[in-house]
Amino acid sequence: MLVEFAMMHAWLVPLLPALAFLVIVFLTRPFEKLSAIIAVGSMALACVIASFAAYGIFTNHEFTEKPLVYAANWLSLGIPGVTDSLLVQVGVQLDPVSAMMMFMVSFISTFIFLYSVGYMKGDPGFSVFFSYLSLFGASMLLLVISSNLLQMFIAWELVGLCSYLLIGFYTHKISAREAAKKAFVTCRVADFGLLLGLLALQITFGTLNLVELGEKIHNFQEYTTIGMLTLIAVLVFIGPIGKSGQFPLHVWLPDAMEGPTPVSALIHAATMVVAGVYLVGRTMFLFHEVESAMQLVAVTGAFTALFAATIALTQREIKRILAYSTVSQLGYMMLALGVGSLTAGMFHMWTHAFFKALMFLAAGSVLYALHHKADVWEMGGLIKKMPITGWTFVIGGLAIAGIPPFAGFWSKDEILVATLAEGHYVLFAMAAFTAFLTAFYMWRMIFLVFFGDEKPENHPQESPWTMTVPLIVLAVGAIGAGWMGTPWNNVWAEWIYFGEPHHGPINYGAMLLSIVLAGSGIYLAYTMYLKDTKKKRARKLAEWFGPVHRMLYNKYYIDELYLWFNHALVDGTARLFYLFDLYVVDGFVNGIGTFTKSSGDGLRVFQTGRLQNYALIFFLGVLAVAVLVTFTGPSAASLVLGGVK
Amino acid sequence: MLTISLTHYVVLSALLFSIGLFGVLTKRNAVAVLICIELMLNAVNINLVAFSKYITPLDFTGQIFSIFVITVAAAEVGVGLAIIIAIYRNRLNVDLDNFNWLKW
Amino acid sequence: MDFPILLTILLAPIVAALVLVFVPKEESLTIKSVAAVGTFVSLALSLYAYFTYDQSLGGLQFAMQIPWIQDLGVTFFLAADGISLPMLLLTNLIGFSAIFASWNINNRPREFFILLLLLIAGVMGTFIAHDLFIFLLFYEVVVIPIYIMVVIWGSSKRVTKEYAAMKLTIYLLIGSAFLLVGVIALFVKTSAMSGVPDMSFTGMAVVAQQLSGFDQIWLFGLMLLGFGSLISMWPFHSWSPDGYAGAPTAVSMIHAGVLKKIGGYGLVKIAVFMLPAGASFWAPYMAVLGVAGVAYAAMGALAQKDLKYVVGYSSVSHMGYVILAVACLNVIGLNGAVANMFAHGVMAALFFSMIGFIYEKTHTRWIPDMGGLARQTPRLAVGFMMAAMASLGLPGLISFVPEFTIFIGAFDVYGGLAVVGIAGIIITALYVLRAGANTLFGPPRPEYDHLKDIRGPEMVPLIVLGTVLVVGGFLPSLLFDMINSGVVPLHAAISDVLQLGGKL
Repeated sequence: MLVEFAMMHAWLVPLLPALAFLVIVFLTRPFEKLSAIIAVGSMALACVIASFAAYGIFTNHEFTEKPLVYAANWLSLGIPGVTDSLLVQVGVQLDPVSAMMMFMVSFISTFIFLYSVGYMKGDPGFSVFFSYLSLFGASMLLLVISSNLLQMFIAWELVGLCSYLLIGFYTHKISAREAAKKAFVTCRVADFGLLLGLLALQITFGTLNLVELGEKIHNFQEYTTIGMLTLIAVLVFIGPIGKSGQFPLHVWLPDAMEGPTPVSALIHAATMVVAGVYLVGRTMFLFHEVESAMQLVAVTGAFTALFAATIALTQREIKRILAYSTVSQLGYMMLALGVGSLTAGMFHMWTHAFFKALMFLAAGSVLYALHHKADVWEMGGLIKKMPITGWTFVIGGLAIAGIPPFAGFWSKDEILVATLAEGHYVLFAMAAFTAFLTAFYMWRMIFLVFFGDEKPENHPQESPWTMTVPLIVLAVGAIGAGWMGTPWNNVWAEWIYFGEPHHGPINYGAMLLSIVLAGSGIYLAYTMYLKDTKKKRARKLAEWFGPVHRMLYNKYYIDELYLWFNHALVDGTARLFYLFDLYVVDGFVNGIGTFTKSSGDGLRVFQTGRLQNYALIFFLGVLAVAVLVTFTGPSAASLVLGGVK
Repeated sequence: MLTISLTHYVVLSALLFSIGLFGVLTKRNAVAVLICIELMLNAVNINLVAFSKYITPLDFTGQIFSIFVITVAAAEVGVGLAIIIAIYRNRLNVDLDNFNWLKW
Repeated sequence: MDFPILLTILLAPIVAALVLVFVPKEESLTIKSVAAVGTFVSLALSLYAYFTYDQSLGGLQFAMQIPWIQDLGVTFFLAADGISLPMLLLTNLIGFSAIFASWNINNRPREFFILLLLLIAGVMGTFIAHDLFIFLLFYEVVVIPIYIMVVIWGSSKRVTKEYAAMKLTIYLLIGSAFLLVGVIALFVKTSAMSGVPDMSFTGMAVVAQQLSGFDQIWLFGLMLLGFGSLISMWPFHSWSPDGYAGAPTAVSMIHAGVLKKIGGYGLVKIAVFMLPAGASFWAPYMAVLGVAGVAYAAMGALAQKDLKYVVGYSSVSHMGYVILAVACLNVIGLNGAVANMFAHGVMAALFFSMIGFIYEKTHTRWIPDMGGLARQTPRLAVGFMMAAMASLGLPGLISFVPEFTIFIGAFDVYGGLAVVGIAGIIITALYVLRAGANTLFGPPRPEYDHLKDIRGPEMVPLIVLGTVLVVGGFLPSLLFDMINSGVVPLHAAISDVLQLGGKL
């Protein structure tokens, strides 16, 4: 009964936080406590509905084949069949993928909202923060349940807006302002590609409804060529490149850490950034038809994973390291999708949401305790004073490094196996090496922050319960979220798959390799950053590889390149256009004005002001007419003078 | 015997008109210009009456027109002289060369 | 006869203006209230008309005809269809908001509001007139108050307000001169062809559509020049940034919001409707000019440091989309064109009203001189950001769906050219965000600490236009169903000729 209701009214899930947004903005803004209760409460309620709906989906196997869809007409133009026409529907599409995602987003949001109550205490924009969070929750959930790509795009942009608002939440900070702008513009560039892709889809197939598109693209030869379809797939993929921080549009994501930490956890780790992965997963039917687009996805993913991991090796700010690890993990997800395994991609998204949200929140707890000192080299031994934060962070670290039985191990293993099974040996090597790097840089951070000697200038304290409870809950998730996808009993793959559910043989070799890599990464970090208390070896290594270290620390100078491009090229061109406008176009306009004026100046010589001159001219005129009439006859005169019929 | 034909009248009228025109274009004094305009108008009157007498002797159109002209001329002289007097009061002369206030 | 609703809408501001003549000039509050009431009556009635219009029936409704100059076939013909009603509503939304955006005018308020009311009435007249003569008449009525208002209440920055007023007026008059030649020639040709002079849109169109391809082409060319300069089609756009920068807030709002749209409206309802063969000949050129305008003006906006110039160039850029959309000559494109005019009107008016308040309070529009206003004037910042986001076509606000439909229409017809136009959204995001960020965010400046946020009557533009912005974004069918009911019959009337195409 409840399940039935929840499934048929899944639109309530985004609506509730949306209402919370409106209520907070218009009514309860002056009352901070009430605003927080409304935001957390509505999200919790949404989570309950989402859980019931997800339960309904996951107990009914028919929905894996045929999603539950209900939609309403949103926009209809022209008359179908008579003129060119356009019909856009909005609605809800529930299948295992969206149900899982809906549950995950609302669940994690609820706890991050709760965490924010503690974290944001005393901030002048407390209520506003919760209104933004609610708006974000609403948009993200709308994105998840969308049955139509345009609807998805709308939500996609709205989450971008919320991300913009939340990154720039500390409006008085110039860095926050610039980071927010960068995030928006970078995503905008990507969305341009996505929008083109959507337009092409709409024009080619006449619909943007996911289900219909799926059917039509399966027989795409009736509508278009493979070349066109490849182009469309690549265009659509540009959107996720931006949103999910893939190379080369990853630059905004680390900067986005300027926002308050709960925002980093919620938006820039667990939910919004995976929207790109989700979109690719949603449009798998498109990519599946185009081999080269799939390869692009896979290569982009693998490269990004490795690339971001190398940058993370040298970073110093705690949230920045986490941000690059997010980029890297998103690369894994893309890789999984690119090798055709929706199962593995979604699985990693699911586990990643838990352990990455956990790590961000724990990092936030650290920052909160240290009054926003972010450099990991200035921390140390925090685990003694902040046991809950410390140990939950360690759990997160084990999960992301891929130590069994923590969640990250199972999903990462699944990706490695899928890559290997598809025969992408180079990509497999990249992914495996990334796994090693991940373990290393994560544990480098953990050892530096939580272990070793305490720094006397720090006076850390454990955070309040609103912050630690979410940590504990997410830690439980980071341990157990992967158990439904173990190779021995893969419940996950029964539900979430594209094409055929795949049951490969258990690959113990890959499993062993990934454990060895993770273990050696952690061990290396241990020897360099904990055993070696003076960190001599680490320093020496940095000196030996000076240029490399500098390049990595400066993120391969990609930001500088973009900055140069933006300022020198775009602004320069703009300036050129403006000067052209000012001097050529406007010069022409003013030229006409000047011409009129100067011809007037020339002609006014004839206006002497003397009556007798005028009379003389008048007389001569009459004389001329008279002569004309006399010597040429009236018909010729009428030709000259006109008016005579 | 020399009979006086229409041509004579027309020639006389043309001469009178030319004299008037010359005066209008050359005289400096506004009053003189007014007088010359009167000459031109009277040249027209001669024309009108002469054409009426020789071409349509039964109608009096020309005569009636010339009476019109005389009436209008009288009114015109009245207005013109008034303006000239007003200007004279202002400027203490009636030299047309100074009357260029309408110039741009 | 039914209640003459359109006539009442048209007369309400005029009556208010007449009343104002008898209000003593010191009674500033009374003056503003009378003006507000006058425009409110129009707004309420046009909302009523908008929602009681029978879309299933379509066609001209609320019609009212009084024969005027019978020899020329001129009738005082007021009527509304699915294209004119949104524009009428837009005029009233903006007119009503403009009154409140000028709430703090203290320099000769009576004259200001009389002129403003006449301006509003004139613009409304162009949208509900269904007779070419009356249309032109109202259009000329509009030009004069603008000139006076810019010269007296304008502001001099890069260019003096006198220059701005001159440029605005003369540019538009030259444009309308071309238009006038076109209209007269059209009238002469059609009345010679049918033998019955008729200036009404439909009557004339029936005959005009039969004109030879050559005639249609040069007549359309003249009209394109006229309407094109009015809608600031590239390269006839240069009056627009200077004019808006010089004009007082209310004039900028009305000018960018609705007056400009007369050009687009005329293109659709007069030029394309009457001369379809000419339209299909000129369409590719229009598309090129439209896209050029989009890209060019967006780049121009990027180089600006004066807020009003940013929005001035951005409105040229947005009108490029409208021209591109008209050039598609298909149902989706025409729908998008009209809808985008509506959307841009709301957005630009909100933008200009917010900039007006910022200028009023800080006495500067120079972006480098500002920063951190979001802390000091949060409500102003909300309005500004809403307009900015609408300007960059954020989904969920009114301008996204029109742009999307335009892209669909244009992508279908022009392919690669449309892609260039669509790329404009990136540049738009860049300049809009830059202006917004540098004005509103960053460290607050101490010299603006004393600023008072907008409140009371100053909130009206934000509330009215902001509501439309959001509602239109989430329920686009409110707007599109109406427009569609006007565009479909229009397209049906010309589609046969369009298929033949026009050749020289």
